[in-house]
Amino acid sequence: MSFSVTEPTKGTKWFAGILVVAYAVVTIIPLLWIIATGFKSPTDSIAYPPVVVFEPTLEGYVNLFTDRTRATAQMLEEAGPPTTWYDEIARERGTVISGPSRYGERFLNSIIIGFGSTALCMILGTMAAYAFSRFKVPLKDDLLFFILSTRMMPPIAVAIPIFLMFRNLGLNDTHLGMILLYTAVNLSLSVWLLKGFIDEIPTEYEEAALIDGYTRFQAFYKVVLPQAATGIASTAIFCLIFAWNEYAFAVLLTSGTAQTAPPFIPNIIGVNGKDWPAVAAGATIFLVPVMVFTVLLRKHLLRGITFGAVRK
Amino acid sequence: MAQIRIENVRKDFGSFTAVQSSSFTVEDGEFFMLLGPSGCGKTTTLRMMAGLELPTKGEIYIDGEEVGMKPASERDIAFVFQMFALYPHLNVRKNISYPLKSQGMPSAAIKQKVGEIAEILGITDILDRPVGGLSGGDRQRVALGRAIVRDPKAFFMDEPLGALDAEFREHMSEELRALHDRMNATTVYVTHDQLEAMQMGDKIVVMNHGVVEQFGVPQEIYDWPATKFVAEFIGSPPMNFLEFHGMAGSGETSVSFGDTSFEMPRLLDGDSGALTFGVRPEHIHLDDSAPYRGAVTAVEYLGTTQIITMDTMNGTIKVRTASSNTVKVGDRTGLHFDPRTVTLFNAETGKALQSEANAKVLTHG
Ligand SMILES: Nc1ncnc2c1ncn2[C@@H]1O[C@H](COP(=O)(O)OP(=O)(O)OP(=O)(O)O)[C@@H](O)[C@H]1O
Ligand SMILES: [Mg+2]
Repeated sequence: MSFSVTEPTKGTKWFAGILVVAYAVVTIIPLLWIIATGFKSPTDSIAYPPVVVFEPTLEGYVNLFTDRTRATAQMLEEAGPPTTWYDEIARERGTVISGPSRYGERFLNSIIIGFGSTALCMILGTMAAYAFSRFKVPLKDDLLFFILSTRMMPPIAVAIPIFLMFRNLGLNDTHLGMILLYTAVNLSLSVWLLKGFIDEIPTEYEEAALIDGYTRFQAFYKVVLPQAATGIASTAIFCLIFAWNEYAFAVLLTSGTAQTAPPFIPNIIGVNGKDWPAVAAGATIFLVPVMVFTVLLRKHLLRGITFGAVRK
Repeated sequence: MAQIRIENVRKDFGSFTAVQSSSFTVEDGEFFMLLGPSGCGKTTTLRMMAGLELPTKGEIYIDGEEVGMKPASERDIAFVFQMFALYPHLNVRKNISYPLKSQGMPSAAIKQKVGEIAEILGITDILDRPVGGLSGGDRQRVALGRAIVRDPKAFFMDEPLGALDAEFREHMSEELRALHDRMNATTVYVTHDQLEAMQMGDKIVVMNHGVVEQFGVPQEIYDWPATKFVAEFIGSPPMNFLEFHGMAGSGETSVSFGDTSFEMPRLLDGDSGALTFGVRPEHIHLDDSAPYRGAVTAVEYLGTTQIITMDTMNGTIKVRTASSNTVKVGDRTGLHFDPRTVTLFNAETGKALQSEANAKVLTHG
């Protein structure tokens, strides 16, 4: 009887290990490919068979962040010798930099809208989840089902009514509009996830705080919130990832002021032929904030993602 | 410190009534036990007193002031939860300081006060530890510290020893009682352990199915139970019940069943029909010359005493006698019931009939 319920056998461990590695390879290779493409020259980026070893260049990044015009001899003369390293890269292609591109702005929009909607979603979500978890809300089960039902179809199915509504409210192409929209889409999932986390926190802690002389709201944010940190962190990551990557609504509802990075990146393709390194550079930079955010919250995430299965 | 008075308090959860109509008074400085089996409404009663649950009906007075609808934070009481409910994200010192912080006490004063409390409880050395790794006893002490640090009007404790193992419980219950005697704080303590209630309490309320069955000092409740439920719930082994059909006239000093007449305290209440003759195991004596007979079916040795189980024509009874009496399974012998301690009950309602002996206890409760 060498069988044990707690210790995996050697074979199981190997099998699990191979599965994990295979999965990692499948998911990580495209990512590495994108990052590598960002540092390739345009020729290398479309070479067939693909090149794995290449001479890295920052041309993609320069192209991403700048607008360039084809330089005539006269222009080059007027501009004088290149003054910066990125000038130099542009000159090598026979172009001069005419100004910064809009990528910076779009990226900033993504940050404002992504983090803004995530924050709003967390504030509303924790309070709603707390109320659903702790209080006698009339028609509680029906309300919870109704909230969830808003996610039973793809959000884009209601794109037209939202478009019309936003137009009437003057919310088209505004930060506020996009924040509200992403919050609305994410809120149902947040309420459900957070309610699960808050349900797991024994009510005695708040009651102890009430007895210790704190108000219900103080008990909520001083005692419940710190203990729900794990749940809040993992829910926030889900919300951020959705808002950050959302493409369809962004294309439909934004074009100027509030345009986020995802609809902007494909624009790059069209500007000067198919500039794949610039696209890849845009995608790479676009990955960074979510990655940083996830890594910062990783400690919580591991426990949170198992949805309370791991108890302290 | 304060007197706490409960009047006709009722609590409904939907269509379920957890507490029917409770009334009792906890005097200033008393160590008061709320005793009853699981699900009888002890916790609900305590939570209403603390303000964690609103009564459906009735009044709760703390220090003469009606507080039934006041939130917990305004009642100035402390509560020790069964699982202690120490704030897991704070260390021991912060846990104990928490009630003081809500009062806006300056941090130097908090520090001093927490130091004093830690001294009393003997937890000075763990003040800066997180609460996560503490042993059951230390958690208990920290929970007590958090309760007493504020000098509240009263302490409410919901089975505070329930989470500790048996050995340590004994020790902690002594510590608790000593702490109470030192501070003389009004304390309401919930337990389902009758022994704990008898040992620790100045006064006991016995509850069953949301109803207060009896209320009084431990010895009165033990000697003169108001109902069959109390008689059975308190004492180990519980009171013996001999069921019979008969007559018990007002003014009589004896009842008869099984062709035998038994003396008892003079009855003030008469009753007839299905009756129960109640007598504690230690008040039954084996006496071969007695006319009422029983057969020994089991003997349980407990050191200085032994519990003898016997079959009689009115049911099984248990007798507690000195271990020096030699009794064997199968023996038949006579039984004598000490007449001063007998209680008669109406078998249907379960209520004790009043006699000269228990009248005083039953009428004040
Ligand atoms: N919030 C609630 N909603 C519905 N029913 C409840 C609620 N709280 C308690 N009850 C019910 O009320 C009854 C009394 O509960 P209570 O917790 O007061 O019992 P207790 O005497 O403390 O028992 P225990 O010894 O098990 O702690 C139980 O049947 C319980 O199921
Ligand atoms: Mg209870």
